[in-house]
Amino acid sequence: MENKALKIVVLIKHVPDAEFDRHLTGPSHTVDRSTSILSELDEYPLEAALQLVEAHGGAKKAGHQVIAVTMGPDQASAAVKKALQIGAHEGVHLSDEALAGSDAAATSLALAAVVKQIGDVDLVMAGMASTDGETSLVPAQLAERLQLPQVTFASELELQDEGGTYRIRARRDGDTHSDTIESALPAVVSVTDQINEPRYPNFKGIMAAKKKPLTTFSLADIGLETADVGFDGSWTRVESAAARPPRSHGTIITDEGDAGKQLVDFLEQQKLV
Amino acid sequence: MATVLVFIDNPGDQLAKANQELLTLAAAAGEPAVALNGPLHDSVEATMAEYGVHHIYRPAVEELDDYLVAPKAAYLAAAAGQAQPAAVLLDNTFEGKEIAGRLGIKLGSGVVTDVTAVSGSGSGLTATKSVLAGGYTVESTVSTGIPVLTVKPNTVAPSPAGAATEPEKTVIEVDAASQPAARITGVEERPASGRPALADAGIIVSGGRGTNGDFGPIEALADELGAAVGASRAATDAGWIEHSAQVGQTGQTVSPQLYVSAGISGAIQQKAGMQTAKVIVAVNKDEDSPVFEIADFGVVGDLFEVLPQATEEIRKRRS
Ligand SMILES: Cc1cc2nc3c(=O)[nH]c(=O)nc-3n(C[C@H](O)[C@H](O)[C@H](O)COP(=O)(O)OP(=O)(O)OC[C@H]3O[C@@H](n4cnc5c(N)ncnc54)[C@H](O)[C@@H]3O)c2cc1C
Ligand SMILES: Nc1ncnc2c1ncn2[C@@H]1O[C@H](COP(=O)(O)O)[C@@H](O)[C@H]1O
Repeated sequence: MENKALKIVVLIKHVPDAEFDRHLTGPSHTVDRSTSILSELDEYPLEAALQLVEAHGGAKKAGHQVIAVTMGPDQASAAVKKALQIGAHEGVHLSDEALAGSDAAATSLALAAVVKQIGDVDLVMAGMASTDGETSLVPAQLAERLQLPQVTFASELELQDEGGTYRIRARRDGDTHSDTIESALPAVVSVTDQINEPRYPNFKGIMAAKKKPLTTFSLADIGLETADVGFDGSWTRVESAAARPPRSHGTIITDEGDAGKQLVDFLEQQKLV
Repeated sequence: MATVLVFIDNPGDQLAKANQELLTLAAAAGEPAVALNGPLHDSVEATMAEYGVHHIYRPAVEELDDYLVAPKAAYLAAAAGQAQPAAVLLDNTFEGKEIAGRLGIKLGSGVVTDVTAVSGSGSGLTATKSVLAGGYTVESTVSTGIPVLTVKPNTVAPSPAGAATEPEKTVIEVDAASQPAARITGVEERPASGRPALADAGIIVSGGRGTNGDFGPIEALADELGAAVGASRAATDAGWIEHSAQVGQTGQTVSPQLYVSAGISGAIQQKAGMQTAKVIVAVNKDEDSPVFEIADFGVVGDLFEVLPQATEEIRKRRS
């Protein structure tokens, strides 16, 4: 039996570039997003999605589709454009002022509504963590909201063709053991940076991206109201934030044959040995 | 007093230090109760009693471990339905966070992960955590539902309650098979190194690309210091050491008393995992390595000279 064409949503976040100083601003202590990029940890699920499509007949021949989805301010469309250049076939940007300040609960609510709006999605793929929020909560909460199985922190991933349908097989590495995880579709999958080597956009990809559809949704388009998301729809609140004083360095010596001993002197002073 | 429910997953026959810490926090915030998964050994029950646990909930089924997360979250939600806690505490492992995430949606409760300190009592808890790779310390509260917190190790010193309790026990019905969950079809245990675990080690000695694949000097110093062994991603990617040793943004985030970094340049993703260490010592051949910007003591030198000399010197001074 012929398999149904795959419809894969890849969740990508537009995050402040960690190579620069990052700041919390405003009375609600939100992340300053002025110098943002496509989260490097979200390049891995995008690459994984493209590889799954390629391994199962390709987008053109088999009709598979990879849709890059982001939720974020106007500038976040840059992340979707980058994903289209890398190889996603379509982009969706959920953009609404009311979304600012959303925690994982509100983010998962909004992203679940986007996934439902897109409809008939077989796989929702995400990164292991956003590089600004870093909670790793969104994939699990999204799975709960959509009542789907989660296959999270996958370091290996394949789709087994079962004639008419697919089955996910993944490897998940813990601290003391590795698990093999299996699930039917649809499912929410998150992948680690161990899973692949993300590709870069090439010239052809950059040109092709200009013709790919990029849809912008507002809250109303996905059937949510202002109070459902943002600060109002969040279930946690940041009460205070203090910048950690930048760490300064202490003594730096150059080894002249006795640095190992001096190192031990230092540890003794610090009462660490 | 309000109940604070602690989720404890398969403790085996000895309650791990991280779990004792959770019970200590629960006792400070209210009356501790436990939602246990897995067998309950007498020794563990005795420890729970010492920590003032007044109620132990257990699932009616044994197959929660056969699935990824969802049935455990369903069980914990059912236990919370019985216990009516003012807050729920879990450990900060991948799984702990994911169970917390799903539980949060089920209960309509806010979740805070990576918590390093808890203050207040009942449902009025304030959680402290560090964000933006250690750049900020923030205090968060839960504004909807009850606080569901995942707490990092080494947050408090474990301390038993004044008087031991006699925990009541309740079995919770849970329909594991009807949850939307992926199945765990294979488990491969990795051999234990015999060294302390990275997550809660007091001292960590880490090696990077500069070891050129020879972790001998790193391990020797670690063993002399009773330390855990860590690594940069360059070292784990090269296959010189297992991935679970990776410190950094996509590895473990650690805050030991002492972090010794050897042959690691100190890229932003490595710093993200170790810059909250109390004391940082760096050994690197290149004086321009960014790791020196945050080192309390730095040696510009060859790790193959400096580390063995330090190891030998500690051994000498001890005897
Ligand atoms: C998405 C993403 C996630 C990442 N996550 C992590 C992470 O979690 N953890 C992490 O560590 N990295 C992570 N990285 C990689 C990170 O960017 C760096 O590439 C990596 O940390 C470099 O490892 P290194 O310092 O061992 O190697 P290098 O940068 O190559 O540095 C090796 C150092 O060893 C020194 N050296 C060489 N020989 C000797 C000697 N004999 N004695 C003393 N010093 C010597 C050199 O001077 C040099 O400074 C991540 C990258 C990406 C893109
Ligand atoms: N605003 C967002 N837009 C799109 N995807 C997101 C967003 N926030 C989180 N995600 C996805 O969820 C993953 C985990 O994020 P987090 O739970 O914030 O650590 C990320 O790697 C993304 O794939």
